[in-house]
Formats: sequence, C-alpha cells, structure tokens
Amino acid sequence: MLTVSIYRYNPETDAEPYMQDVQLDTGGKDLMVLDVLELLKAKDETIAYRRSCREGVCGSDGMNMNGKNGLACITPLSETVKNNKLVLRPLPGLPVVRDLVVDMAIFYKQYEKVKPYLLNDSPAPAIERLQTPEEREKLDGLYECILCACCSTACPSFWWNPDKFIGPSGLLQAYRFLADSRDTATQERLAELDDPFSVFRCRGIMNCVAVCPKGLNPTRAIGHIREMLLHRGT
Amino acid sequence: MVTNVTSFGRSGLSDWVVQRVSAVILALYTLFLVFWFAQHPQVQYEQWSELFKCTSMRIFSLLALFSLIAHAWVGVWTITTDYLTPLSLGKYATAVRFLVQCACTIALFVYLVWGIDILWGN
Repeated sequence: MLTVSIYRYNPETDAEPYMQDVQLDTGGKDLMVLDVLELLKAKDETIAYRRSCREGVCGSDGMNMNGKNGLACITPLSETVKNNKLVLRPLPGLPVVRDLVVDMAIFYKQYEKVKPYLLNDSPAPAIERLQTPEEREKLDGLYECILCACCSTACPSFWWNPDKFIGPSGLLQAYRFLADSRDTATQERLAELDDPFSVFRCRGIMNCVAVCPKGLNPTRAIGHIREMLLHRGT
Repeated sequence: MVTNVTSFGRSGLSDWVVQRVSAVILALYTLFLVFWFAQHPQVQYEQWSELFKCTSMRIFSLLALFSLIAHAWVGVWTITTDYLTPLSLGKYATAVRFLVQCACTIALFVYLVWGIDILWGN
C-alpha cells in the first residue's frame, strides 16, 4: 500500500490548507504519479489538479512530488517514492487556486516581459528567413521549453522577487531570442535586462537545472546573457 | 527593466562586475596577509608598523578597504531586497528595507573613513 499525502485547499470551504493522507493499492505496478492522481480522483472527485497530454509535452501537471518539482505524467513512482510515501504539493511560491492548481499569472507576466517572439525590422523575404544549420543549432536546448514552471518555482530568487526577477524559464526564452540569427532587436532586448533584478538575481544555485523535466539548462542560458551584457557594457 | 535607486551601481551588470572584481582583490589581500603572517610567526609591533610604512602596502590596503565596502554594499543590498519584502513584512517592508539599507550604508561610510584615517592619518 502506498501512502499518498496530498495538499488540499478549497478557498470556498477551508480556512487554511491541510495535508490529506490516503492509502492506495498500486497493485505493485510502477505507475506514473499522474496515474496515482487519476486513481485518487476516481475515489474522491473533489481533488483538483491540471493535466492534459499525459506525456510530458503540454506542461500542465507540474507539481512538487516528495519535495522536488516535476511533471506528474512522466515521473514514475520508483523515481520519487521513499519509504512507501508520496507527498504531493502544488508548485512552491505561486498562489494556490485550489489543491494542486496554482495561479501562474506572475509566471506568464515574466515570460511576456522578454518579448518571446521574433523582432525583425527588415522587409520580410518572399518565402522565409533562412538560417544556416550552425545558426539553427544555437537554438537547441532553448526552444524545447514547455513553460511548465517547474524551474522558476524551484528558484529561491523567484520566490523572493517573483515580480522583478524574470526567473529561469523566462530567461531561457530571453536567450532563445537573443541567440536567434533572425532577430534584430538584440540591443533593445539586452537594454531591458541590464538592471539589478531581471537577470542578476540569479545566484547560480542550479535548482532549475536539477528539476527541468525536459533536461534543459537555464543556468547556462543565463550565463550567456550575462556574457552578452558584459560585452555590451564594457 | 526594473529600476532601483539604492543599489550600488544602479545597474545589475555594474554590481555584478564590482562584486566579482572586489572578491578577487579581497582574496589576493587575504592570501598576502596569510603569507606574511606565515613568514613572521613571532610578529611584533615594529614589524607590523614597518609593513604599513610602505606606501605600496597602504595603497593595497586602501584598495582592499574600498573593495570590502563595495562588496558589502552589493551583498547587503541583495540580502535586504531578497528578504525584507512585502512577502515577509507586509506593508512596512519598504520603510524597514530603506532604513536597514540607510543604516548599513552609513556604517560602511564610517568604516571607510575610519579605515582611511588608520592607514593615512597621523
């Protein structure tokens, strides 16, 4: 039997959040955490969580499992369960809407700040803007981000200043467009980042790298942004 | 762009560079002193006084003092803006943070002038 301790909070009925312990028979199978949640929901339909693709592509079911952020749909019990106990909490640092559902408005606001789209003031060519294979290669490890927020909500700098520090996810995307050969707004983008909070709140503790379910490295991208700012500013 | 008037250099890049350069200077100064004490195990006032009579040592010490002040300012400012925020202190956060930053800045100024007086005064 697996003991699942799940964070429960319904602002309409609960004065404060509490942990609910549920016993679950997994039949000895190495289920994914999302499967466990589905089994729990079959027992108690009031449990709330986000999910969609169930294969680590949509980024909906980011949550904190036994103290580590990740996607429930691609995290097997064998990877996270210790002493037959699974503790499920919402992503840390964001306001809880209900149970495991968090309000991601501030996370998206930081994403919006980095203008996550190509800016190019030259006339559009007849077919498409071409890149060499080398130029395209620079975007590998950057474009794959699915915005699940596992990294930013594992980052203490984002917990303390979610309104000022862009966070690892947003900065990974900032570098994705700084590195893009088709983008012509590099200087404007860098000028927006040269303040004490947006980039430089990163202290390089690499929690983001440790939790990214896609295996990406936001700390390295932040290092590249720092290098670009240094070249521009000295 | 997030603006802030109480940070050391008003720019994240500037503070970042200052923090790293000052750290290197402080590390070199510490290594030098460790090496010097190793060379002089039975240090007396005369030897210590002799060391600081040398102009290059006084310049090096002044450089280390400036580095310490700048390093401390960037560090304390970062800590205050991390922990003394509305998330932890509510509506009083700005007042408390500003007062702590002012107190630290004044203390650093006092240490700087005091240090210069010790090194270059009569």
